[in-house]
Amino acid sequence: MKEWVDGLVEGSSLLQSLPIEVSYFLAMVFFSLVAVGWMAICALFFVWLERKVSARIQSRLGPVYVGGRFGWAQTPADALKLLMKEDLVPESADRLLFNIAPAIAFMATLLTFVAIPIGNGLVIADLDIGIFFILAVSSLGVIGIIMGGWASNSKWSLYGGMRAASQIVSYEIPVALSLIGVVMIAGTLNLVEIGRGQAGGIWNWYLFKSPFLFAAGIVYFIAALAEVNRTPFDLPEAESELVSGYNTEYSGMKFAFFFLAEFANLFVISAVAVVMFLGAWNSFLPWQILPGPIWFLGKVFFLVLVIMWLRWTLPRLRVDQLMHTCWKVLIPISMVLLIGVGVQMWLFPGN
Amino acid sequence: MKVPSPRLRWYERIYLWEIARGMVVTMRHMIRNLFRQREMPTVQWPEEPKHLPVRIKGRHRLTVREDGSPKCVACYMCATACPARCIHIEAEESPEPTIEKVPKAFDIDMLRCVFCGYCVEACPEDAIRMDTGEVSIVSDNRDDFIFHMDFLLRGSGEEWKKKRGRPEPVEEDEDLSSPPDTPEETRDGYRRRERPPVPSSW
Repeated sequence: MKEWVDGLVEGSSLLQSLPIEVSYFLAMVFFSLVAVGWMAICALFFVWLERKVSARIQSRLGPVYVGGRFGWAQTPADALKLLMKEDLVPESADRLLFNIAPAIAFMATLLTFVAIPIGNGLVIADLDIGIFFILAVSSLGVIGIIMGGWASNSKWSLYGGMRAASQIVSYEIPVALSLIGVVMIAGTLNLVEIGRGQAGGIWNWYLFKSPFLFAAGIVYFIAALAEVNRTPFDLPEAESELVSGYNTEYSGMKFAFFFLAEFANLFVISAVAVVMFLGAWNSFLPWQILPGPIWFLGKVFFLVLVIMWLRWTLPRLRVDQLMHTCWKVLIPISMVLLIGVGVQMWLFPGN
Repeated sequence: MKVPSPRLRWYERIYLWEIARGMVVTMRHMIRNLFRQREMPTVQWPEEPKHLPVRIKGRHRLTVREDGSPKCVACYMCATACPARCIHIEAEESPEPTIEKVPKAFDIDMLRCVFCGYCVEACPEDAIRMDTGEVSIVSDNRDDFIFHMDFLLRGSGEEWKKKRGRPEPVEEDEDLSSPPDTPEETRDGYRRRERPPVPSSW
């Protein structure tokens, strides 16, 4: 991004007359708006897609009216409705925490969008610690969730928030452990470099580089589902038990922020899986037939579809089963896989 | 009762294979519904008419004699049988010498009615029936749900014949088990009508 701004300043006499900090500031504002817009588009599209997919799986039609065909304008209309709704705060709620909780949940997701490369070098912030940054900021979201649960002063919300906290903190571990294997083989945390390392055909994708990484990919996918509270791990907002979990007391704009963050997280975990395991923007052939972003978005949308497909297939786990899956199954497996990757690198150096 | 849970085999305890099998089932449904969506059992009500059984208990109507006067003799049998107490009758003297009473008012509070059909069973004169086939009674005003006698009498006869697609049974000894000239009767007793075309955009 810095190079792009520098190049722009070089070519424009108007920008050269301004101090360089102003140009940088304008670029920051511009790119943050790009990230917000991209996130909103993703979330609106995914909500619509989820409704359509679930409808078809359950032999329904889903939204059909708004927008004329396929109900495509249903989610923008819903968003508009949420924006115009009255902003209610419960009388006994902690007003300050109640108000900033959705902003924190939203920000945690938004920050990850900054570091995800859409194509070769097409990234807002080309961070050297890319994957580490994404893991770090995405786990900030749980603060917003537990804050919302606590500040609502409602038992449903509090239960949802507590469940979210235990679940997300637990599943951070297998997520990180399964991604470390890829980082070891790639030798870098930089997401663009990791993507470049998978060029040249499907056999160069890290998922197929080693049997340990294949298993790590599956572990990542399962644990990431739990980290963003998707079915079968959607205990924090289990409708049948907790009304709506941590966002029970939220309405209007603030609820929209939680909702937006939740569906944008779908994009984030799929994008991380694609960059780390499924060859990022590279095609599965040795030649790049279509532009990189098309490959990237195609793979991400496929994974999002798989997540939705899973949601409408599996029932919800119990809380003890959830913890069992994490601590007794996924964490030992990901540890063994990590050692396996190390042994493989030691036995076959340079492969 | 204790239901023993089945012992899982080792490959079932890994769950991944079983999850994949479950996903195949849902994907089969999804693909079938995407490409053959006319066969989906979902009815887009109220745009598409719902296919109700011919003999469903709909809202009430009051039948009439051949001269157009109500058959009801204000005997209060229906009001007595009604478990929801939704029938309100006021009687007056009949002008006909052979009939003792006629209703001055006959109101049914549809908000209280439970569609049990006891009133129909109780009526000795076949004056009240629930064969209109109307089950969606909609209004935004409570007063509209109190159906008065003139409304309940309206349309007795010709209008229902057209609406129900079969001649109105007026004879007392009518054989209800086999409704005459029913176009397409299937073996489950439900009449299947031609579904209106679903717009392709669905």
